[in-house]
Order: sequence, then structure tokens, then C-alpha cells
Amino acid sequence: MSDLTRKTAAELSELMASGETSSVEITQAHLDRITATDTAVHAFLHVDTDGALAQAADVDKRRAAGEKLGPLAGVPLALKDVLTQDGVPTTAGSRILEGWKPPYDSTVVKRLKAAGIVILGKTNMDEFAMGSSTENSAYGPTHNPWDLARIPGGSGGGSSAAISAYQAPLAIGTDTGGSIRQPAAFTGTVGVKPTYGGTSRYGLIALASSLDTPGPCARTTLDAALLHEVIAGHDPMDSTSIDQPVPPVVEAARRGDVNGLRIGVVKELGGEGYQPGVEARFHEAVELLTKLGAEVVEVSCPHFQYALPAYYLILPSEASSNLAKFDAMRFGLRVGDDGENDAEQVMRLTREAGFGAEVKRRIMLGTHALSSGYYDAYYGQAQKVRTLIARDFTRAYEQVDVLVSPATPTTAFAIGDRVNDPIAMYKNDLCTIPSNLAGNAAASFPVGLADEDGLPVGFHVMAPVMRDDLLYQVGAALESALADQWGGVLMSKAPELEVTR
Amino acid sequence: MPSITREEVAHLARLARIELSDDELDHLAPQLDQIIGLVAQVSDVAAEDIPPTSHALPLSNVMRKDENVPCLTPEQALSGAPAAEDQRFRVPRILSEEA
Repeated sequence: MSDLTRKTAAELSELMASGETSSVEITQAHLDRITATDTAVHAFLHVDTDGALAQAADVDKRRAAGEKLGPLAGVPLALKDVLTQDGVPTTAGSRILEGWKPPYDSTVVKRLKAAGIVILGKTNMDEFAMGSSTENSAYGPTHNPWDLARIPGGSGGGSSAAISAYQAPLAIGTDTGGSIRQPAAFTGTVGVKPTYGGTSRYGLIALASSLDTPGPCARTTLDAALLHEVIAGHDPMDSTSIDQPVPPVVEAARRGDVNGLRIGVVKELGGEGYQPGVEARFHEAVELLTKLGAEVVEVSCPHFQYALPAYYLILPSEASSNLAKFDAMRFGLRVGDDGENDAEQVMRLTREAGFGAEVKRRIMLGTHALSSGYYDAYYGQAQKVRTLIARDFTRAYEQVDVLVSPATPTTAFAIGDRVNDPIAMYKNDLCTIPSNLAGNAAASFPVGLADEDGLPVGFHVMAPVMRDDLLYQVGAALESALADQWGGVLMSKAPELEVTR
Repeated sequence: MPSITREEVAHLARLARIELSDDELDHLAPQLDQIIGLVAQVSDVAAEDIPPTSHALPLSNVMRKDENVPCLTPEQALSGAPAAEDQRFRVPRILSEEA
């Protein structure tokens, strides 16, 4: 039954409901797949074999006893290592947290467990989610299953690689500037950033608190919607959680109808700097949506060009403050505690040894942006730009229901290509950042391969706050129309990974 | 002229409690200078009358009820501590000899 790893979460759910297979069999098949492929891919930082099999056996037992289970009960999932899971190592890709086992579950994990979802392990990521390639992980890079010499995107490259390598049908990511959507685009998978506050940040190791949003990753739109429904909803443990019903995402994914939907193509997100193959697939997808009955117009969002600079002031400022808790006193690494050094010296030595280059860059940039004399010119001004970007969105949504753009300017680049050029790396997130600054819902859906390199291209959809359902409506319409054209989903075109025994 | 000097970067490292090596300073200073060049573009936007946005969504303060709820046990809270003693975090001395 090795083809269990090729099934979608929705299919696996049906197979379990009909008694054709069990969660233990499904979980074991995915664990075997991880063993066979993860030497090459390196999607996981920790595989919780015993824990996963125990969770699976528990679901099987409850099903046998006639308990009514949720639609994803017994389905395995890969969890980004930035979310705490009680008793399971959680590093956020950093040396400073090596070996740390959190004593509590994040809200996302609590909800996954309550839904009977089996957590296979923790996935690799850029250190503290700072990066767009997963090369900033202290534990080595993850490889893109489409081409192992390339990056799988970041920061959630482990999660995107796990699902595109068929190691898991579902994964959790977190999106601060594109860390769910850009890896999804680079691996031909679906990645959704819910509305900020639509999913809980409790137990998410904070990067930038006003931007961080956990969300679903999957190979199909419906699977992403099913997972979205499990993790979303109000949480009193997160003071910025929205106290409203979860948008009807599953229903929207099943309907997948764009007839009459007004779609705005963002003028500023295209042209120079965008790879021809990315633009070609993007424009074809727009045409396809027109054929499916959508009304497409061009929309201008003039302040989006300032999103990147504003983001690289707001994010480092919040990060420098959030990462102050890594002080070598209460958890994680401690270096230089020799009885001579005082606490401050131990702190300095620990942070020097425990943080990687990108984390140091951003902490210092944030410290600079927040220092007196610069605060108004940098951080204060960035917050004003944030207002202008949110107003661009508001104005656009007066004319259209959703906005669209390519998810990324290019396809996945080679490992090592941009490590010494932070600005080239930052430009990966040009299209995804505006939605983080404004807090609205956004997603990337696979729309084909670029002609020049044969690598996946992502289609970016941005919907108003708490209209996450519109993303799924567009994604599902594209997915079914493209599957008709291709005779299957995009992932079926991915090369076979060499399997080690 | 660089927007940030090597000395200023060394000062920032002290503020951020990171003991940077000379090599790192050599590497980081020009990179930070470049990045500051990029982010300084925000000043091109005329925004005097624009209110700042600190958060994606307008929120008023959220308070929880003042009730006891279950929390971590001392053992759990200390489970990740680099050093602990008598149910407390053990930390290096915080005052120097001269003080």
C-alpha cells in the first residue's frame, strides 16, 4: 500500500471511514517515505515516530469504538518547528534552542490533536523564520523535491518540501512576509496565509507579532481548506485573535466557482524583475479565470512599492524586541557561565554563539531603527507607509472582490545563489509582503511550470480581511480547470525522488 | 558616505547584547549599510498627515477575566532552564566586583 502517500488528505479520510485502511497504516507509510527520502530532501528536523504511531493507534481505536471523528482524524501532518508541541523538541531552526522541549502545546497543536490529526514531526525552517530559502536554518538547508540543487522556499521550506516529497499530505506553516506562500509557489503546492488574527499565535515562537500568521499547506485546495477549518477560530490565549466565526473555507473549496467574481490584477506586481515563465503562467491563469466567468480588471496599488522597505523596518524592530527573551537565563543555550563572567557577558557570548548571521543582521537593524534619533524617520515612517498600503487595499476592494499577482518574481533559485546578497533574497517577498502589512488573507496556488526551467509557478490571490473563503473559491476553480487541461494536478509532473533503503 | 559606520555597528551589537567578532563586524557593517539604504526609501513617501498603523487590524485592549487558571508547575517551568537550583532559575552574577 505504498501509494497511500500519493493520496490527498480528503481521500485518506474516506479510505479510513470505509475501513479500507487505518491511520496506523497511513502513518507508517508516510514514516517509511520520510526514511526513504529525507536524507536527500532534509525536510524534517525531528521525526516523532513513536508519538505519531501512538496518536494513529488512538484514532483507530476511537474509530473502531464508533466515536464520531472529524474529517481529518488519522491523517498525518508535518509541523513547522516554530510551533510548540508538548515534550517534542522545538528549535525554530536555531542553535540557541537546540534540545529545548517545550512544556506546553501551542493552540494550533492543541487543535490538530483535538481533530485527531497525527503529527509526524517538526519541519526545517530559516532560523526564527528569518529568510526565504531555508538556508538560514542552523541545521542545514532543505532541498526542493522538484530539483534537489534548488531551495524549497522559506522560511517554511521544510513544510513545503515535506508535502511535495509525499512525506505528508498536510503541513503547517507560518507566514510573516510570505513564508507559507512563497515555499508553496516554489514547490507546486497550495499555501494559505489566513487573515491576521484568524489563527492563533499562542505557542508560535514570535518573529514579528503584528504580522505572524499560522496557516495550512497541502497539495490540493480542498485539503488546505479542511486543515484551515481545524486550526482557525478565536483563541482567548491570543489577544489579537478575531472573535468571529471562521469564514466558510471548505464550502468555498468545494464550490470553486468564479462566475461573476471581480478580479483585480495588481499593476505594480509584474514587469521588470519578473521571470518571463512566471509572467506567462500568471497571465494564462488570469485568462482562464476570465473564461470561467470572472470579470478581470487592472488595479493600481501605488504604495505597494514601499511595502518591502517598510516591512524591513517593522519586522526587524519587532524581532529585535521579541528575541530579547533569548537571554540564556530561562531556557535554551548558555555559553560562558564560568563563575567569572557576569550575566550580561554570558548573554552576549550566548547570543553570539546561538544566533546565525541573518538573525544578527535583523536584530541589529531593528535595534538601529528603534534607537532614539532614528525612531521617527524609520519605524514611525514605516508605520505610516503601512497605513497607506492598507488604504490601497481598501480602495481596490471597492472595485474588485480579490486581487491577484504572481506569488513570486522568479521560480526556485539554486542553493547558495543569494546567501551573500541579503537584498536579492529580500526581493523574493515583493508580492507577498503587502498582505502581511495590511493583515488580509492571501494564498498561492500552483498554475504550471515556467518554460525556461521547468519549475513550478505560484498564482497569488489576496482577499479582504475575513474573506478567506474567496481565496479557496479562486484556487479551487483554477485547480479543477487546470487539472482538466493537464489530466491531473501539477504535482503529478514532479520528478520521482530517488529512494534510499 | 556610508549611512552606518563600523563603530556604530559595534555599538548596536553592544546594545543588542551580541559579542561580535572583528570578522563579523567587517562583514556585517557593509551589509547593514546596504539594507539601510533600501529601507530608507520609506522617507520618499509624503506621509505627514497619515496616522501610523501599529497593527493590521484595529483592536481595543483585550482583558481576560481575573481568575485563577491552570499554569505550569515549577518543574515544567524549569524544565528548559540552563541551570536551576531550589526550584529557581540559577543565573550568573549580575553585579561586577567593583560595584
